[in-house]
Amino acid sequence: MIIPKQMPVEKILKTIEGVENLLIVGCDGCSGIYQVGGEKQAEMLAKLIKMHRQLNNVPGEVRHTLVLRQCDRQLVATTLRPQIEGIEAMISLACGVGPQTLIDVFPEMKVFTAVDTYGMGGKDRELGHFFEYCSGCGDCLLNETGGICPMTRCPKALVNGPCGGMLEGKCEVGDYKNDCAWYLIYERLKQLGRLDLYKKYREPRDWRVAQSPRKLEI
Amino acid sequence: MAKREAYSKLMEEINAGKFVYTGELEPEKIGDMEEVIEGAKKLVGHVVAANVTDIPQSFAYMNSLGPSYMIQEKAGLEAVCQMTCRDRNRLAMFADLLAAGALGIVNILALTGDHPSLGDQPEAKPVFDLDSASLTALIRKITDEGVDLNGHEIHNPPKFHVGVAINPGAVPLDPEILKLERKEAVGAEFAQTQVVFEIEKAKEFMNAIKHVKVPTLVGIFPLKSFKIADWMEKFVPGVKIPEPMMTRLRELNGIEDKGMRKEKIAEYNVEYYGEFLRELRKTTNAAGCHIMAVKWEELIPLIIKASGS
Repeated sequence: MIIPKQMPVEKILKTIEGVENLLIVGCDGCSGIYQVGGEKQAEMLAKLIKMHRQLNNVPGEVRHTLVLRQCDRQLVATTLRPQIEGIEAMISLACGVGPQTLIDVFPEMKVFTAVDTYGMGGKDRELGHFFEYCSGCGDCLLNETGGICPMTRCPKALVNGPCGGMLEGKCEVGDYKNDCAWYLIYERLKQLGRLDLYKKYREPRDWRVAQSPRKLEI
Repeated sequence: MAKREAYSKLMEEINAGKFVYTGELEPEKIGDMEEVIEGAKKLVGHVVAANVTDIPQSFAYMNSLGPSYMIQEKAGLEAVCQMTCRDRNRLAMFADLLAAGALGIVNILALTGDHPSLGDQPEAKPVFDLDSASLTALIRKITDEGVDLNGHEIHNPPKFHVGVAINPGAVPLDPEILKLERKEAVGAEFAQTQVVFEIEKAKEFMNAIKHVKVPTLVGIFPLKSFKIADWMEKFVPGVKIPEPMMTRLRELNGIEDKGMRKEKIAEYNVEYYGEFLRELRKTTNAAGCHIMAVKWEELIPLIIKASGS
């Protein structure tokens, strides 16, 4: 899923200065599941903004709502169209796709985001960690690298790793706290009896595959 | 594999089976090349060539191409131009290689490069479009086929020799050795190792890569002061300085007279590495030694002499 992180409230308040009537739009997709931008968080943010406005005598209305998935134009249109009466601006609590979809559907509306988006990954509930596992490069290497993505998990995105910055399986980036992706690949391929895939030389990537913006016909 | 033709003195001597010495020069955050050229002049006659570093540890320093050219021109010392993949995509790397060739630079050390987050501009965008292996492959294409990565012909293509780096201190070592085999397969012609302090470690390592037919120069790093040794031990990951060496440097550090202290530390390094080199030449198939005595060039001839060569 997409890894979202809510921006600091001060930053959000600064962004919406001068806007009176707001609709905070949560997303029940990744952002909601990760409890960063779901219904509860939208409600919380609305409360915070209202409190701030009361304290500072700022006029205007603050409402909140939820879209099942903000990345779906049709869902955004049908959910939000009945709710935008008198609204000047929307604050999206989805990943970076959300606010852009809101603009596509409501081009006359001011749209802000309250989220920094970190990429695609998973979550460990016990550790309370998100981890990035996929950068959507469009040319998947996982079948060759023992199911571990060097494009995402190696800070240099090397296809012929590891580099000299690996020490005891850890990576020079982040002060040797994170695993070296190529060390994990080596261990995994060794376990699978496929060190030939580790030793293999890989040509430089064809970056046209990852050329933004990408479109896929469905 | 048949030996390739030699286009540089470095490669000529390696091919001739001579035990070669290389030095290292580090252009820093400076707008002139005087110091590097002066350093190079001190190395002439003692080493066959000197590496010129390319933004080491991602500190924003002068590039390697300019000083590589200048030491050849002004000091008459052959350069091993280090090229890292950190800051340039394949277009820029290729462009710099053509310029290097036109400027008479023949030896290139193909490095992946440290991550920008390690240096003094940690905000920089990392590039790494190529890596040490694909840069090696690119240099082979230019030299052997006279073409770029996509096979387009180069008018009057340059000839290079390409070297790579390897770390004997890598833990675990096995993936590092497989990586060297990978670089051998794409056509690396020589290798230089990261610093090794213990001769036993050098022997073990040279034995572990015996099957790889890439002439390898073992890297050593004379220690100018106890402070540097202590810093390396504490802050350079993977560096383990042998205890007797640390003890001796600590003792010498106690000498009050600065001039005397410097002299004694130099003497100790000469003695230590003289013995190291003698043993390296006698017991391993190392192709030579890469002596990283940056700003301490005058030590190199003394070490070589002490080794009895």
